[in-house]
Amino acid sequence: MTEAVLGTAPPDTPLRRVSDALVGRRGLLLALLLAPPLLWLGIIYLGSLFALLAQSFFSIDEYSGTIVYEPTLKTYGELFAPANLDIIIRTLMVATAVTLLAAIVAFPIAYFAARYARGRMKALFYVAVMMPLWSSYLVKVYAWKLLLAKEGAVGWFMQAVGLSGALDAWLSAPIVGGPSLSVSYTGMVLVFLYLWTPFMVLPVQAALERVPVTLIKASEDLGAKPSQTFRHVILPLAAPGLVAGSIFTFSLTLGDYIVPQIVGPSSLILGQVVYTQQGTAGNIPLAAAFSVAPVLIMGVFLTIAKRTGAFDAL
Amino acid sequence: MSEELLLQSAPRVGGEAPRLLASMSPSSAEAAATAVSFRGVERHFGPVRAVDGVDLDIRPGEFFAMLGPSGSGKTTCLRLIGGFDQPTAGHIEIFGEAVEGVPAYRRPVNTVFQDYALFPHMNVLENVCYGLMIRGMGRAERRRLGVEALKLVKLVGLEARKPGELSGGQRQRVALARALVLRPKVLLLDEPLGALDLKLREAMQGELKSLQRSLELTFVFVTHDQGEALSMADRVAVFNHGRVVQVGTPEEIYERPRSRFVADFVGGSNVIEPALVKAWTGVARPASLRPEKIALVEADAPAPPNSVVVEGRVAQALYHGAISRIELTTPEAGRLFLAIPSTSAPPPQGAVVRAAFSRDSLHFMESE
Repeated sequence: MTEAVLGTAPPDTPLRRVSDALVGRRGLLLALLLAPPLLWLGIIYLGSLFALLAQSFFSIDEYSGTIVYEPTLKTYGELFAPANLDIIIRTLMVATAVTLLAAIVAFPIAYFAARYARGRMKALFYVAVMMPLWSSYLVKVYAWKLLLAKEGAVGWFMQAVGLSGALDAWLSAPIVGGPSLSVSYTGMVLVFLYLWTPFMVLPVQAALERVPVTLIKASEDLGAKPSQTFRHVILPLAAPGLVAGSIFTFSLTLGDYIVPQIVGPSSLILGQVVYTQQGTAGNIPLAAAFSVAPVLIMGVFLTIAKRTGAFDAL
Repeated sequence: MSEELLLQSAPRVGGEAPRLLASMSPSSAEAAATAVSFRGVERHFGPVRAVDGVDLDIRPGEFFAMLGPSGSGKTTCLRLIGGFDQPTAGHIEIFGEAVEGVPAYRRPVNTVFQDYALFPHMNVLENVCYGLMIRGMGRAERRRLGVEALKLVKLVGLEARKPGELSGGQRQRVALARALVLRPKVLLLDEPLGALDLKLREAMQGELKSLQRSLELTFVFVTHDQGEALSMADRVAVFNHGRVVQVGTPEEIYERPRSRFVADFVGGSNVIEPALVKAWTGVARPASLRPEKIALVEADAPAPPNSVVVEGRVAQALYHGAISRIELTTPEAGRLFLAIPSTSAPPPQGAVVRAAFSRDSLHFMESE
């Protein structure tokens, strides 16, 4: 019996010996599989991040415009100059507004997709959510600029339904208003919202998908009205998805420099400042310091999220 | 002690809850004649009649089992009581109140789910106190009742654990405490022991039974395990194809099955065909014959009075510890199953033996 089995064993080729060696040493196999991606992450990905961090501790000589390679906190100090602080706060407000609105818009869509959509409906949902990502980012932003312009489709529609008064009232409000939607913060937030909503829908949908139906039934069984079940069971369990989505919408908004250039008022947003500082101004240290700001902001955001128990359901 | 405490302290509640909890003590004078009543209840899923004309009366304080194979409609009936599903036709009352259209969250019943359905983001105590929190009870009071309920199910000291850190048996106790802390009029249990291993299951059977007795609550549980139904329930309803085919005490169900299906499903009786029963007793009806009522007799021993002796060949003999199950192939009665005490060694496979049983142990059933 055993002889028969041994007799049919395949010939001992070099390749087979390699595979035998790998099967015997699990650690070696794991190391070989992980080495290339770890090298990529370690050197190129994290390396560039640390190079950036290092740059931010240098400063620029104000007269010659050359970089002084001596560690200093002077560049970080410049961030707190009123003009620069303004930019950071303005960017934070825009990113926060985009994130909150994206959560509000995405949640019902994600909830429907996770709970009710089946089969074809589900496929249709994925296509509908992903389709905006297939076309060019620039084209979409310019399309929105036209839609939001003074004589654009949005203005025309508001007029057609007799709401142009409401639109004018909104545009005459401080901060959110402006001459037209396409040069106001409202327009900028709307475009960001359009661009980043898929990044909120998908993680929230994945989180909701993992909530067993019996938990909702159990909550109902224990006397909770649907609104109470939502607050105490569904929302906490969807929180990791909401946080993941927020990381996307928040950081994508913090880093973008094209949308604010095309839509919105003339005052700068963080991404634009980084772009001009490292480009035309040639002030790499200040650009680096500006780039570190979103990293720190995300860190603070995640710490707060963790404190409030958003990751308890993970 | 702890049980008494829990009984006395009906939760103080706010909002719309008082109506729900007005008469939580089942021993109160207003106790209705029936805890749950089904009248002509049907539930159709498209062309499938999952529940097909069920009439049931579950008495207050009773441990009631709904037993049947999967797809027999027992779980749908439980869901109808819990309010997770609505009947297509018919009428359901819980303690005299019609519940049609009443959502689950306003019914005076609570459920122990098959997979326990514990909230993963809450610890044990938060899970147990969930229903009390929903009813707006204060934190301290909630905590006190929650700890009492955990004592009741013998789960103390794990209050701060998350469900993911508990064993299956512990999770089930949490689910039980979470339902009991609300003092439901009826506790529904969906295959409560299905996910536990054998030893734990047997221990829990006894515990559930004594818990139900001491709380004087109405327990309704669904199971496909006849042993579980017989050992725990005061009364059993046997389901098949969406209908209740027999309701009775475990003894009635086991000793006097009304139909071929019950005889076979509960305890695996031998079903004797009418012609043969007529030859043996003069009555032309199918009869059930319990495996343990048949004994092996010595080849040369005289037949006991009023008994039938058949000869057969041992097709299979399985040792089960206390008893051995023997499958006989007999020329006269076809296949016969025997359960004999393991006091003597079971006959070897292929042996020709003589089996005898009293005519009285033949139980006549309805001819289909």
